[in-house]
Amino acid sequence: MAAVTSLGETPLTAPAKRPRGLQARRRRRLNLFRYVVFTIFGLFFLLPLLAVLRFSLEGNTLGTWTLSAWKQIVSYQGLLSAVEITLELAVLTSVTTLVLLVPTMIWIRLRVQWFSRPFEFLCLLPLTIPAIALVVGLAPVYNKIRHFELSALMLFWIYVILALPYAYRALSAGLNAIDVKTLSEAARSLGASWLRVVVQVIAPNMWQAILNALLLSAALALGEFTIAYTLLYTNLQVELYSISRNTPNASVIFSTSLAALVFTFALLLIISIVGRRRRRTG
Amino acid sequence: MAVTATSPAGARPVPPVRAGRRVRLPAWLGVTPFLAYVAIFLLLPTGILVVDAFRTPSGALNLSSPKLLFSSTVRSYFIGSFELCLISSVVGAVFGAILAYAIASGNPNGAMRQLYIAASGVLAQFGGVTLAFAFVVTIGPVGLLLHASWFYTFPWGISVIYAYFQIPLMVLVFLPAMDGLKIQWREASESLGCSAWQYWRYIGGPLLAPAFFGAALLLFANALSAFATIVAWENQIAYIVPQQIYLAINSEVGLSNLNVADVLALGMIIMVAIVMTGYALLQRRAARWLR
Repeated sequence: MAAVTSLGETPLTAPAKRPRGLQARRRRRLNLFRYVVFTIFGLFFLLPLLAVLRFSLEGNTLGTWTLSAWKQIVSYQGLLSAVEITLELAVLTSVTTLVLLVPTMIWIRLRVQWFSRPFEFLCLLPLTIPAIALVVGLAPVYNKIRHFELSALMLFWIYVILALPYAYRALSAGLNAIDVKTLSEAARSLGASWLRVVVQVIAPNMWQAILNALLLSAALALGEFTIAYTLLYTNLQVELYSISRNTPNASVIFSTSLAALVFTFALLLIISIVGRRRRRTG
Repeated sequence: MAVTATSPAGARPVPPVRAGRRVRLPAWLGVTPFLAYVAIFLLLPTGILVVDAFRTPSGALNLSSPKLLFSSTVRSYFIGSFELCLISSVVGAVFGAILAYAIASGNPNGAMRQLYIAASGVLAQFGGVTLAFAFVVTIGPVGLLLHASWFYTFPWGISVIYAYFQIPLMVLVFLPAMDGLKIQWREASESLGCSAWQYWRYIGGPLLAPAFFGAALLLFANALSAFATIVAWENQIAYIVPQQIYLAINSEVGLSNLNVADVLALGMIIMVAIVMTGYALLQRRAARWLR
């Protein structure tokens, strides 16, 4: 139970440094505790995912193995259009979020610093308003939108709001790491326009933060259910849910869920890998 | 700012007449697109629901509608929400803290640490329909692992599912505080003859307490807003406020229910606001030591 030195995971090095037997025993006990904890939590996190994998490979009779559920993804009625809509929503959401946030954030750093606190408040506000509560006020707004356009793509307007806090944090970390003011003064004194300062000078210096914001907002749009379901639109999650309601044993929901999950995991893993490399080099 | 929007580039001389004719736009105009967007899609809906909570469906002022929050049926949904959030955030906070300790006490560059941090980042986002499916086929009625008889009981069955995303969130939020515990404090206490229990009781515990309770509040708010998971778990019975809001919006009983939805939503926002304020205060308190 001792956090003696966080360095040196192997218990063998401990006695060499610390001759006292008490320390070595404590370190061994700590390592035992750690690996028991890692195993138990690892099982808790892995087993449900493995169960989904097993069910996506389940045949018509229990205990058989087949790939048919994976092949059904492209042919199952309504599923493919939901996948398409959701991917389009992810692209629209992440691009709009970036277009809205990146220039505004840079501009605030450079010219309207007094606005940075209210701006942060506005960006983090969606965290304190549950999506299901926001939907209540949104219903009238979306009734207006439906006069012009019925497509589920219109959901991206509100997904941008939901993505604001995550994108803001990612971008703000990126902006903090560079000297925006010096960069822009240098560029401006060399004759660059403001547009050029943003697009060609500052944005390339924070592309990892931009990538983070992009992937986080895309991941949000891929997994969103509450708003689409409540406003009676159909996206991937709503479609999976309704398939599960109507045909409870459709194994296609497991293969599709797993595919969507792996896709989202991949997006989010890219963030953590890119982020780690950044820290190592920079 | 040495360089302003209107000053032309560098050393090139510019005819003064043209320069004078250019209109100098105020800098704050640059943030208006963002403000307009947020006003339409965040502030307007929030405003609509707050105003509508105090109006009858026909539009007249109705100050009695918030009384609805205290009617017995509505209260039961808030109690349901409270139970679920309390259980899942306590479970998530305790187990998440244990896992965070196991991670923090190891090699800071070790593979286990990297693996668990990356996985936590991913799993904390993983809620919703798929998660409910995953648990149905693991411990639910068709479970591969076991057929838990309590799977469809509220709040225990759903709390186990919520723990799946609450524990990783706790690891993400609490690990920095765990990492902030300095080895020197431990060593100093040991050289003064402290036992492990005394160390945690008088040094480690009090230092971590604000961060721990702050993180637990964040988990509480996180569980409060979750909706998709519980819908996919059980859609016949409404247990918590979000389910009731959904019913109030989409039931075919009539317009009168919209007002119920507004009041419930307002109640939820107030609840989250209180919890998040507590979180912010505790985080500030925690930051005092753990730098």
